[in-house]
Amino acid sequence: MFDLDRWHEIFITISRNKLRSFLTAFGVFWGIFMLVVLTGGGRGLENLISGQLEGIASNSCFIWNGRTSEAYKGFRKGRWWSINNRDIEIIKSNVKGIAEISSIIMPWSPTTDNAVRGEKKGTFSVQGNFANYNKIYHHTMKFGRYLNDMDLQEHRKVCMIGSRVYETLFNHGEDPTGLDIRVDGIYYKVIGVGDGSENITFNGDTRELITIPFTTMQTLYNYGENIDVFCAMAKPNIDVSEMQEQMETILKTNHSIAPHDKQAINSFNVETMFKQIGYLFLGVNILAWIVGFGTLFAGIIGVSNIMMVTVRERTQEIGIRRALGAKPSSIMTQIMSESFVITAIAGFLGISFAVLILQIVDLGLDVSGNGTSVFQISFFTSVVAALIIVILGTLAGLGPAFRAMKIKPIEALSEE
Amino acid sequence: MPTIINLKNINKTYYNGAPLHVLKGINLEIYKGEFVSIMGASGSGKSTLLNILGILDNYDTGEYYLNDVLIKNLSETRAAYFRNKLIGFVFQSFNLISFKNAMENVALPLYYQKTGRKTRNKIALEYLDKLGLKEWAYHMPNELSGGQKQRVAIARALISKPQIILADEPTGALDSKTSAEVLDVLKKVNETGMTMIIVTHESGIANQTNKIIRLKDGIIENIEDNSEHNFSSLGFQNIK
Repeated sequence: MFDLDRWHEIFITISRNKLRSFLTAFGVFWGIFMLVVLTGGGRGLENLISGQLEGIASNSCFIWNGRTSEAYKGFRKGRWWSINNRDIEIIKSNVKGIAEISSIIMPWSPTTDNAVRGEKKGTFSVQGNFANYNKIYHHTMKFGRYLNDMDLQEHRKVCMIGSRVYETLFNHGEDPTGLDIRVDGIYYKVIGVGDGSENITFNGDTRELITIPFTTMQTLYNYGENIDVFCAMAKPNIDVSEMQEQMETILKTNHSIAPHDKQAINSFNVETMFKQIGYLFLGVNILAWIVGFGTLFAGIIGVSNIMMVTVRERTQEIGIRRALGAKPSSIMTQIMSESFVITAIAGFLGISFAVLILQIVDLGLDVSGNGTSVFQISFFTSVVAALIIVILGTLAGLGPAFRAMKIKPIEALSEE
Repeated sequence: MPTIINLKNINKTYYNGAPLHVLKGINLEIYKGEFVSIMGASGSGKSTLLNILGILDNYDTGEYYLNDVLIKNLSETRAAYFRNKLIGFVFQSFNLISFKNAMENVALPLYYQKTGRKTRNKIALEYLDKLGLKEWAYHMPNELSGGQKQRVAIARALISKPQIILADEPTGALDSKTSAEVLDVLKKVNETGMTMIIVTHESGIANQTNKIIRLKDGIIENIEDNSEHNFSSLGFQNIK
């Protein structure tokens, strides 16, 4: 197998027509380069988007009220309604698949400079949450803690603030826990600061959010029994869409909304969104493979073509070799080795170059932030790419090799 | 003397369009160490006969024994093996591989016998030395004269120590002076006991051989003993 003479022969024949060998090899190089860069790039984008979605439970949904679009049970259409605490209790005891359900109060827009601490002030949204919201939407903390059940039970005037709020109201490096801030005229004790690394947001940036206990907020902001939004997380293996439908049916019954009213209830299904993004990147990936593989295939066809030409050119030489005792198999291996060597060298260079480019892109963007590459192909993909190269390189030589094998010494020798 | 080549009623037809019956029952015996020429006009079938003798082509009916081995319906691999072991070829157009130097060309048959590089190059140098081409060993074919090329080709034919040498118009591309030199070389090789078969249409060349086989229209017209080398160009032996 590792025959120095054969390698010598291969080297001589490849280097006899350097430009042609180079151009042929370039086709393969470019093909595998495209394949690797496209798949690596697709993967990078996917990682980038997935990073944005970090922190939120994918098996959850958010539901909030809208205006009815159908008249029903004597009510006119276009009616406003509100979700209330009773709805949540009924849903909790009737819908089996719910792991966590958490009501939220989120008023639309804050008044200017609503948050004050001494001389410092800023405009920030206020949101009322339950402690279990942290299980659906995970907050990473810079200081202190998130809300707990005691805060809720005792209607405590405490707050968890986002990192921008902290930067605006506190000095750099100051530990704010235990200190008071005034929000909409009421003093709250700061219990924690989020670091705002969450990228997916509802109703504004979490970094600019002041979170207070739901119970406190419902009372202080005169919500009565009403809530703005609630979110629910499904138990493992429960379909979120199904759970959501059950919840919506209960809401519709409670509030006399037409069963087929599409606009009365707004919702956001995180699971569906994740699935859609998953499909999107599946599509990107398939496209990358089709384009990359197509380009590579064109390159391989090029190799095969050139090998055909080479065989044609070398008919006489092959005839001489055959007359001198070369077995058909030795002629065949020779041609196939040549095709293999061209493809393999070009292919492995292409893979390496693509990995280099991806690495540069990755370093330039530093999207991962923590040093792990996102714009890079996986080890598995590179192994597959290398295997494809090896297989296609061999196949490319197959046709020309068969043709070379069929050359009869007399025919070749009579061609002058 | 033992026979080296034994042809029994060899027939060969080509089917390119109209069938062409090229060899119409050739019976021939050639003994070990003979120096034979095959003569004939173009179309007489002499090239076909040479191809069959050289296992480069198949025949339709009959039997061909080379060194007491029946050569019939061989696989390509087997044919290659016999060509490599038993037959040395010398061609009119030399058929050297242009991108290999003289030594590498000579060593090529040994490459297909899986002889190591150093060994076969050493042997090749010895053969080149015998043919007076030692200084030209590292020259490429295009740097050699016609006579030198043919001597390289002869060295290549000899290196595998074959049973017979088949030479197809070995002097066809050479001037008369070089022709004489090359023929001298072939004679000397024959004197070492090598069976030598030359295909030619030049009577001058044929006259140097010891036996002349004359082909006409696919059959052997006559076989003449020419050990006296007094063969006339007219095809008749001179009357003493």
